[in-house]
Amino acid sequence: MSSKNRKLSYSLAINEALHQTMGTDNSVFLIGQGVKSPWYVGNTARGLLERFGPQKIIDTPVSENAITGCAVGAAIAGMRPVVVHPRMDFMLYALDPIINEAANWYYMNGGNLSVPVVIWGIINRGGEQAAQHSQALHGIFAHIPGLKVVMPSTPYDAKGLMVSAISDDNPVVFIDDRWLYAVEDYVPKEIYSVEIGKGVIRRNGKDVTLVSVSYMAYQSVKAAKELEKSGIDVEIIDLRSIKPIDKNLLFKSIKKTGKLVVADAGWKTCGFSSEISALAGESGYLKLPVLRITLPDCPAPASRMLEKAYYPDYKKIVAAVKKTFKK
Amino acid sequence: MIKIRLVEESFVEPIVKGEIKTPCHLYTGEEAIATGVCATLNLDDRVFGNHRSHGHYLAKGGSLKKMVAEIYSRKTGCAKGRGGSMHLCAPDVGMMGAAPIVGGTISLAVGSALASKIKKDKRVTVSFFGDGATGEGVLYESLNFASLKKLSIIFACENNLYSTHMPINECRPDSDIYKIALPFDIKSFRVDGNDVLKVYEIAKKSVEMCRSGKGPVFIEFLTYRLRGHVGPDDNIQGTHTDIRPKSEIEKWRKKDPLKKFEKYLIRNKITDDQKLKSIKKEIEKEVITAHNFAKNSPYPKENELEKYVFKK
Repeated sequence: MSSKNRKLSYSLAINEALHQTMGTDNSVFLIGQGVKSPWYVGNTARGLLERFGPQKIIDTPVSENAITGCAVGAAIAGMRPVVVHPRMDFMLYALDPIINEAANWYYMNGGNLSVPVVIWGIINRGGEQAAQHSQALHGIFAHIPGLKVVMPSTPYDAKGLMVSAISDDNPVVFIDDRWLYAVEDYVPKEIYSVEIGKGVIRRNGKDVTLVSVSYMAYQSVKAAKELEKSGIDVEIIDLRSIKPIDKNLLFKSIKKTGKLVVADAGWKTCGFSSEISALAGESGYLKLPVLRITLPDCPAPASRMLEKAYYPDYKKIVAAVKKTFKK
Repeated sequence: MIKIRLVEESFVEPIVKGEIKTPCHLYTGEEAIATGVCATLNLDDRVFGNHRSHGHYLAKGGSLKKMVAEIYSRKTGCAKGRGGSMHLCAPDVGMMGAAPIVGGTISLAVGSALASKIKKDKRVTVSFFGDGATGEGVLYESLNFASLKKLSIIFACENNLYSTHMPINECRPDSDIYKIALPFDIKSFRVDGNDVLKVYEIAKKSVEMCRSGKGPVFIEFLTYRLRGHVGPDDNIQGTHTDIRPKSEIEKWRKKDPLKKFEKYLIRNKITDDQKLKSIKKEIEKEVITAHNFAKNSPYPKENELEKYVFKK
């Protein structure tokens, strides 16, 4: 057993998952733009090229459509590829292989051909990068039958969900956030998995349920500490997977609190926050209207002043919750 | 080749009657390509198809009964009634699937070839696509990457001169499709796709090149569909969407790949009229059996609608 004190950054936790899965399964390989450049993928690919060679760590030209299709085809042919998109805005070029092909393949071939591919999209925003270098597009993929979508918020989950995504027999969209890459926390040394579709309660509370994933789950933990000072006892659910959604965990919590806040790094309309709100609405457990903290329905701006207004963080969660739920 | 023709023609009546609803893009007139190419492949070599893939499926060795049942959308079909005519698969014989998104399977085939390179299994992958796919950007990305990694893949372009209704000269500034592979440093050929022996010859050479690490290869097969873009003949179906000139269709009827090969066989005394007739009779029986099998098979159950969304 590894020590409880072993800490690793979020990005190196992903790196460790790749090292360990590739070390134990010959069918795993990594393909995508900049896999040998720390500038593209942070240190998530550290040491992989040296250890596994260019046959397995494949840096590619900027051809998102064909390269993603290539990963999907290799999966159909029996491999377990991980295809990385260092900035998920560029992944839009690959919607055909992801949605038309990978997501549908198992169904439209009557269960005869599965697609064990991981499509790894990195949210990389802020820093005045403007509208095409900032998008969080998880809602698009969660809409599609046949895709699983995971969004870890901690180093522990980042490693465990990457391991699960690679060993899953279905296409899994693994979405992480560069804003989490430096976060350090406990990560066991040995290989382990975190079940896809299972959320976790980050903090038990009785007043209000706060649901989020990825960077906003990280912000929610901070927000809860602040809200505690104001006498609001928040229950935090980090769903970890947005497809499938751990509905039982959600329902159990809102049955108890009767109040729901959803914090999401995506847009408001037809997104993650809409889906969680709808599920809660259907459940009949809510005693008060839902509160949503999301991006406005607006493209990402460049100017730092506008960015400040644009991106939600723990302060915005605190302010909104206080305003709505203060006893 | 005879089998593909007879199967395709057997769908005409049930389509017109409305017994078959799934959009069937018949391969009539193009049979020599799938036949000639697949004859050079091993069982474990892989092919990826497109919307017009009945021929690819059969030539690679897919079960006739399962294909016909799929087209009648039955539970016993090769995709259990989830795919229809445009999604035929038989992974046990290397038919890895087909899809009607134009160009959509080209990159998948490249991925299959990449898998073979990583595993060093010496398999060859064939990507079948039409001239219409030369309008899709993914083809050029795929050619570039396949050449960069020297993959064992054959890009088999079946040029039937029409992208649905659009003649090739309205789609491309020049019609020499085989030339598109040259800037990517890919060996490229153009052959008469209605001459099965020529198809076989060039495919054999290309497979050997791929097998010895000298891939990829691009082949443009010149051919023509003798039926409508979708369905037997749009004019029979009353929608009048086949706007190709009648004289052109007649000209290509004279180049029918089956007639051409039959003439060759008889002229060279490899077979005779009598033998050909008995072969056809036998296949006709097989086709009728397949139709009966399909029509007597159950439809998939409603309560199994969501089966196969995810592999458990």
